[in-house]
Amino acid sequence: SSHEHKLNFKKSKELCLSYIQDAMLQKQWKRAAEFLTFYVESLEKDFSREYVGPSEMIWRIGTEILCHHSHSNMKEFNSFIEQMKTLGVKRYLKVCLEHAFHLLCNGLIDEAYQNLSLAESWRFGEQTAIQDKEMKLIQAYRGLLDYYSWSKQKNILIEHGQDGFEDVSVEQEMHSSFQKAAVNLKEIIKVPGVWDVFVKCYVDLLEFYGDHNEARQVLNEYAYNSKFPANPNAHVYLYQFLKRHGESKKSLVSALKILHEIVPSHELMIDFNTMLQKSKKRKKRRLGLEVIFAVLDYAGWKENVKAWSCLARQVKQIVISEKHLDWIKQEWNSRKDWWPAFHFSRYLAKSNWQENTSLSYEKALVAGILLGKDCKYFKYVSHQGCKTRVKRFRIMKKFVNKHNLVYQRISG
Amino acid sequence: DFNERCAQCSEVNWGLTDGGRFYCRSCHNVTERTREVVNTDFISNARVQTISKGLRKQEKNDRGCEWYVCEGFQFVLKKQAEALEALGVCPQMKDDVLCNFWRCYLQKSKQAYCNRPAGETIRVLSVHDSSTDVDSEPSLLHLLSPSESEGDLQTDCSFASSASKVSASTSVCSGSVDGSLYLMKNQKEKLRMTMPMTLSFCYMALLWLREPMTLSDLLRFVVEGHIPYFNVFKHFPEKMKLCGLDLKIFCVESWPVYEEVHNKMLELAAFLDLPRFPDITDSCFLHPDMLCMKYLMEANLPDDLHNWTCRVVKKICIGEADFLTLVPGNKSTRKVKYDVLAVALIVVVLKLLFLLDDHYEWLLSDFAEERNKNNKEGGPYFEFKKWYKVIKCSLDVEQKKLDEERAKYLWRCEKPLFYSAEKKSKVLKRRQMVVNLQNQFGKLSGSVRPAEKPNPSSFQLSWSEENTDGSCFHGHSLKGILQEKCGVLTAMNPDYWLCTDKLCTEKLCGHLAHYREADFPHSYHFVLRLFSFLLRIQPSYIHDEVCVVEQKLFNKKLFKKTKYSTGRRK
Repeated sequence: SSHEHKLNFKKSKELCLSYIQDAMLQKQWKRAAEFLTFYVESLEKDFSREYVGPSEMIWRIGTEILCHHSHSNMKEFNSFIEQMKTLGVKRYLKVCLEHAFHLLCNGLIDEAYQNLSLAESWRFGEQTAIQDKEMKLIQAYRGLLDYYSWSKQKNILIEHGQDGFEDVSVEQEMHSSFQKAAVNLKEIIKVPGVWDVFVKCYVDLLEFYGDHNEARQVLNEYAYNSKFPANPNAHVYLYQFLKRHGESKKSLVSALKILHEIVPSHELMIDFNTMLQKSKKRKKRRLGLEVIFAVLDYAGWKENVKAWSCLARQVKQIVISEKHLDWIKQEWNSRKDWWPAFHFSRYLAKSNWQENTSLSYEKALVAGILLGKDCKYFKYVSHQGCKTRVKRFRIMKKFVNKHNLVYQRISG
Repeated sequence: DFNERCAQCSEVNWGLTDGGRFYCRSCHNVTERTREVVNTDFISNARVQTISKGLRKQEKNDRGCEWYVCEGFQFVLKKQAEALEALGVCPQMKDDVLCNFWRCYLQKSKQAYCNRPAGETIRVLSVHDSSTDVDSEPSLLHLLSPSESEGDLQTDCSFASSASKVSASTSVCSGSVDGSLYLMKNQKEKLRMTMPMTLSFCYMALLWLREPMTLSDLLRFVVEGHIPYFNVFKHFPEKMKLCGLDLKIFCVESWPVYEEVHNKMLELAAFLDLPRFPDITDSCFLHPDMLCMKYLMEANLPDDLHNWTCRVVKKICIGEADFLTLVPGNKSTRKVKYDVLAVALIVVVLKLLFLLDDHYEWLLSDFAEERNKNNKEGGPYFEFKKWYKVIKCSLDVEQKKLDEERAKYLWRCEKPLFYSAEKKSKVLKRRQMVVNLQNQFGKLSGSVRPAEKPNPSSFQLSWSEENTDGSCFHGHSLKGILQEKCGVLTAMNPDYWLCTDKLCTEKLCGHLAHYREADFPHSYHFVLRLFSFLLRIQPSYIHDEVCVVEQKLFNKKLFKKTKYSTGRRK
């Protein structure tokens, strides 16, 4: 490695920066702080022409060090951030916002609120318009904190209500918090983005004050407006809302259908399958089978008894009715090459049996149908189960033996 | 300047007695010639045109007084000379030599001690000038654009709501009277003064006096902060205000480069029409025989190697005063870089004795180790392997320290700089913030900051024979790798490999050879790396010099184009 013996300002600061970065990666905060003291004079040559200039570097590195250094405290941090705010007007709101986050993470809610309010009142010529997005976020988070106050006040009121007290001042405060929160939250969720927490809070407010229509509209927009990024949670929130308000099965199903498409392994798929299985419509029941099979494609569900019991129930029902075996055939077609090893190996039979007999029961039933009575999983579990003389295993064994030829039809 | 040859000994080596008379330093012959002592204080600097203009204008307000760029440089040189004196350089350096060189320069570049040539008007842009000069002047704004080179000090922070460059109306100002003019004129023929050139002046004076300080030493002292160079303006008197274009002239933000300072020194010596410099004889520090001793010690190599370097010096006739002494303006002779030459000689000797082909030196070391087992009397035989381990360890440690020092280098000082008066408050605010942040994170640094500057020392590595761990090799003997032949001790190594079989033309590509680490043995690179660290120059510079020495040494053989694998140079 050749050592360059020349040196100029730029090069030495680059070197300094690499030492800081190395120290930070190795969590040597004292060393990072040491080198930072030598780096800060770059501020006197801050041309802001680079992608990330010295002032942004110092802000980010300094924040990181102060977060982790054992001798640092909030007072130090605040004084540092206040200096950073004066460093770059183009970044002012961003620094304010991150400062507020930091305060929130340290439980300093009031200070965070003050900071956000202060930032909200900032004006700086054309910069105000340029930093419009950051401003919206600041307002949104302040709105969030207003919601938080509202929520606290609501709980106080409920308590007092139980004790028989009336509290006009709290009620007024609560209402004022509501208004402040609502205004800001409404604004931010108009902008395409992922705003889960804002949406949830806003909907909570609307529901409390009985504005269900607005709430439904908000949730629909959030879930279905194509300008917004695909977000499974949007559909979850909508579904939960619809369920709370006793909406029709049809609307519930349509809400969950998209969720199934985006996140087939979502936990709500169990509810979805349960709903669909009970449906009178053939299409829905077909979909239900598709949904539950898809869920069990995912490793996270391998040992979930509920999921297996849903599949077992539906498969059993189909076999008994002797109608729609082709459904099972279709679903099994793409799975017959890998599900046996994935779910029904002899090793799994043993470990499932040891850990959870209910799980092995459900799985054995499914295995028996799909792979026949001679498959390893079914043989082992039914043998073990019958040894213990638990009734259901005997019943299961009989059932599978009776329908033993099904597997040939579905795997053909 | 007094350039006559001494009547007694024909030397040109003059000094001044206390009485102000010239005396010859070589034979101490005192003459009747006298000269006035010139005060180097800038205020009474006897510039012809200011005298003819009348009294200097002294501003009553905060403006300070008028000062010219060359006065600034004069001040710098004075400070540097004082620093050198504090390092042990003889006092004549400042009052006699450097001062006279400088005055000679002023005269030759027509900045003083002469009448301004007719037709050349000084159009000076002062801050008070609201005249129309600005329109007719060619735009000086390009001078303000930040450049990669030294002196780009636009402290325009992004806080400005209107992030504008310095507009013409605010005037391209400078604290000095002729700052803008200074940068604008095409000064190629007149050798415009720059900050690096101040070091060239210093070195030239040191060389004239044959002081025991090499150029690499000088530059290292500059970087270590013992000689004013960076932020030198903080020593300027209060009245000399620096702003605007002065920054581009006087503020440096890069380390001085050996080649650049050396070349400028040669240019300068020629420009000043200096005569042949005082002879470098074998009792001078800069003579290869002396310098080699110094570097051998520093490199922890056996003293015995000194015989070999002297032999090589003698063989290729580079110990002659005619070869070593600088004769300015003589384009035919290659100018000697004493420190580089000395280390190159050591490298060549190491190659002669150890071959350094990544193979032989280790075999030889094992051989010496064997012989050492039976070696009961006298000192131990030198073993390359042991030396390598010790040096590698130290070098890695020192290099690592140096790398950290480079990353920690501070360029700014407490005295802030600003381009124009309007920027002043912003600059001061920034400076305050920098100080605050340094304090805040300094407290979190944990360790106490070490002393500001290392003590100035000519030796960066030192080895003591008193160490019982055997890490000092000075007293080791080379007998372990030598053999007797016809009553003379010669190297066991019969071979030698040349770094290059032909030198490049310096004029075409700037180098005599092209060094690439991958093309050469590791041991060779290691040795280059060691001296590269000591001299703070690129390994390739040393490699070039090694090539030159080898060409001289094997000149006859190369000329005959016969194989050179036999025999040894005595």
